[in-house]
Formats: sequence, C-alpha cells, structure tokens
Amino acid sequence: MSDTAQGFTPLGRTGMAARVARDIPEGWYVNLGIGIPTLVADHVPPEREVVLHSENGILGMGPAPAPHRENPWLVNASTQRVTIRPGGSYVDHASSFAIVRGGHLDLCVLGGFQVAQNGDLANWSQSAADVGRQIGGAMDLAVGAQRVWVVMEHVTKDGRPRILERCTYPLTAARCVSRIYTNLAVLDITPDGLAVVDTVAGLSFDDLQARTEATLRKA
Amino acid sequence: MIDKFVRSIAEAMNGIRDGSTVLMAGFGEVGAPHALLDGLIEQGATGLTIVLNAAGRAQKLGEPVQGIARLVELGRVRKVITTFLRSGSVAAEAVKAARMEAEIVPQGTLAERIRAAGAGVPAFFTPTGAGTLVAEGKEVRDYGGRPCVLELALPGDVALVEAWAADRWGNLIYRDSGRNFNPIMAMAGRLTIVQTHHVCDLGQLAANEIVTPGIFVDRVLHVAAGDPKLPR
Repeated sequence: MSDTAQGFTPLGRTGMAARVARDIPEGWYVNLGIGIPTLVADHVPPEREVVLHSENGILGMGPAPAPHRENPWLVNASTQRVTIRPGGSYVDHASSFAIVRGGHLDLCVLGGFQVAQNGDLANWSQSAADVGRQIGGAMDLAVGAQRVWVVMEHVTKDGRPRILERCTYPLTAARCVSRIYTNLAVLDITPDGLAVVDTVAGLSFDDLQARTEATLRKA
Repeated sequence: MIDKFVRSIAEAMNGIRDGSTVLMAGFGEVGAPHALLDGLIEQGATGLTIVLNAAGRAQKLGEPVQGIARLVELGRVRKVITTFLRSGSVAAEAVKAARMEAEIVPQGTLAERIRAAGAGVPAFFTPTGAGTLVAEGKEVRDYGGRPCVLELALPGDVALVEAWAADRWGNLIYRDSGRNFNPIMAMAGRLTIVQTHHVCDLGQLAANEIVTPGIFVDRVLHVAAGDPKLPR
C-alpha cells in the first residue's frame, strides 16, 4: 500500500482491537458490538476483570469455547458460540436492555460507517432507501451506555473520509460518541472539536488531517 | 386439576385467527420455538403480523425455505416487526416487492414494547431512536433535557415460546441464552403457547428457580427438539 511507502503502517483489525483493549480498566461493564469491537475481548488480559455484556441476556460473557467444548445453548449477539465466566448470569431481553438503556454499562464499543465531529454516529444503514435494515441493539447502546467508543477504518475502501463535519448516512444516534479508534489514530470528541490523542508511528498531524474531513486539533 | 399440557401440535395451534399478531421468541437458533412455527405454517392462519428479533437470513440458492421465510413465501404475513431485516432474505424481497410491510425497531425498544404490553403499560417515552429515521411520525418530547420518542406497547394475540422445562401449571425455566425474548413474550401474549424440551412434575421446579410463572402460560407442548443448530 502507498501508506507504507509514505513511512507509516496502519493498524490491522487485531491491532485496532488491541489498542481499544488497552484503555479498558478493571471493573468496567462493557458491551462490544459486532465486527472489530468483538475482537477487543481477545485483548483484555484474563486477570483484568472486565464484565462483558451481550444483548441477548448475558453478563460475564467469556471467550470462544475450546473445540468440542461448545455449548449450543450459549451464543453472543452475533450468534457465535461463546462461554460464560464464573460469576456470570443470564437475564431476559427486557432486563438485558434495561442494563443498556438504564445507563448501567460503563462503555459500549461500536463499529461505524461515519462519525461526525459533534459525536453523531451512523452505523446501521448506508441509505434511507435501503430495504435491508439492520438496527439491532445499536441505537439503544449508543444512547444508553455511559461512554460510546467507535472503532473503524479511518477512511472508506475507496479512500473517502469517514470522520466528517456531518454524517451523510442515516444516524444511529446524535452526539453519542466520545472517542474514535481508527487504523491511524485515536481521537477524542470534545466540546472544542476533535482532539488527536495519538497516531501510528510515522504519521504526521497533517497526513492525518488530509484523511479527515472534520477539522482536527492537537490534544 | 390444572393441566396446561396439550398432546399435539394441532391442539397447540388450535384457534389462531387470521389477522393475529404473533410474538415469536428466540435469538439466533437458541430459544426459538421452531416446532410451533412449523405448526403455525401447517395451521393456516393468514394476514399475520409477526414480531421477532430477526426476519431470517439471506436465502441461498437451493437451500430449503423454512421458518419465517416459509411463512412469508406462502403470503401469510401482512407485516413483520423486527430489528434485523437482512438484504437477500425472503422477507426483504417481499418488502421490496410490496407484498409485505416491515417495521424496523431498535432491539431495546422492541423488548420494552413487549414488556410494557405484558405489564399493562400502554406507551412510554425513550431517548432511543430520537433524531433518527425511527422517530419519523412519532411524538417527541424532552425529558431531562433529552428528546424522547413515544413508543407503543406491543401485545400479541399469540406468543410462541420455547422453554427448557415446564410443569403442568405452565411454570417455565430456560437454558442459558435460550431465555432471551421468551419470558417477556410469554407475559405479552393473550394466548401463550409453549414448546418445552423437558416435562417436570409439579413441585419439581423449585419456586426459587422458576423464571416464568404459569399465570402467563396457556398451553404447553412437549417437544424434545434437541440442541439448537449452529447458525450458518
């Protein structure tokens, strides 16, 4: 890729997930969305007690089971087979979303199509005209969690920015995102705009701004 | 003597009318009352409104059309109320061809609308969906400085539920993530029909462990359905 030729290496999916995991402290109750966010669980060290929530009624979700130890009755919100940790519990769907909507989660990590500089998030549909519509629990999580972090590629596959002045896709929720983790940088959404927390080695502030529609500032 | 057990699928599905709203539990393949859905397909009611978390996966060529996709294919569904309408599914194609309506709802709002119906709450305000397509045509009010959307309770004429074990009073327990929508749909159905893997004598399910008390349950059918399949 030309990016490597320019003297920096973007993070892969695993690298992005590991970068998010670094910032999750012990004791937090966390929901991880579908896609890269799900991978974050693999990078939280087992001795750090972070309690994972899954929308279908699991608190204390554990990693994928060992081969031949799968429990067909235990799936996560992506319907992948998972495990439950000692101390875990099951609730019904309304109680599961009371956990979400009642503000009990410390953090939700979501994937995104677009994030605006004011924290607006679009992550469920690329057009209001789409027949296929997959909201799932994203709107509830975006509104209900204490913090919403988004993890996504910095630009689209064809190089267009995803971090915008205003989202052009249908919104998941308004002004909900507090932090963005991309393959190039970590950005905080503050009352004074987007602040660059860190970047991959070799990437200059100007290089990052060139790939971002919204105006950035140094933290 | 109270005995909510029925002996056949036909008896379980008896009396479901055309135009009914049917709540269907399950998340992925887990806790989904597949035998009762097959029974509904057989029973013949039409013009149905079906409420379920996900309206089927993308249909692959040569693969049998089953479950909700089959019910839609037969033209028996007027409307689905769901959180996932996937492109390429039989349901999405029916919506595209204007043969069926779809209402796409945030999952927490769906669960709360069902819970509210079971609890006698006719409507509630929630910040979920405010400022999005979900709020279109709905009343919005500010509470605590946040815009909130008015959402209506979602009762079922019928609820289809899968339990792990049941007794003749209709007391139910669930297994692992098979609980999901089952307890709240059982509460919100005017006619709640249960398929259960195991049958217990009265008193065998301890009062401390019963999740759904039998007051919410009308009919129970013993279906040893086996483990849920892995999703494709």
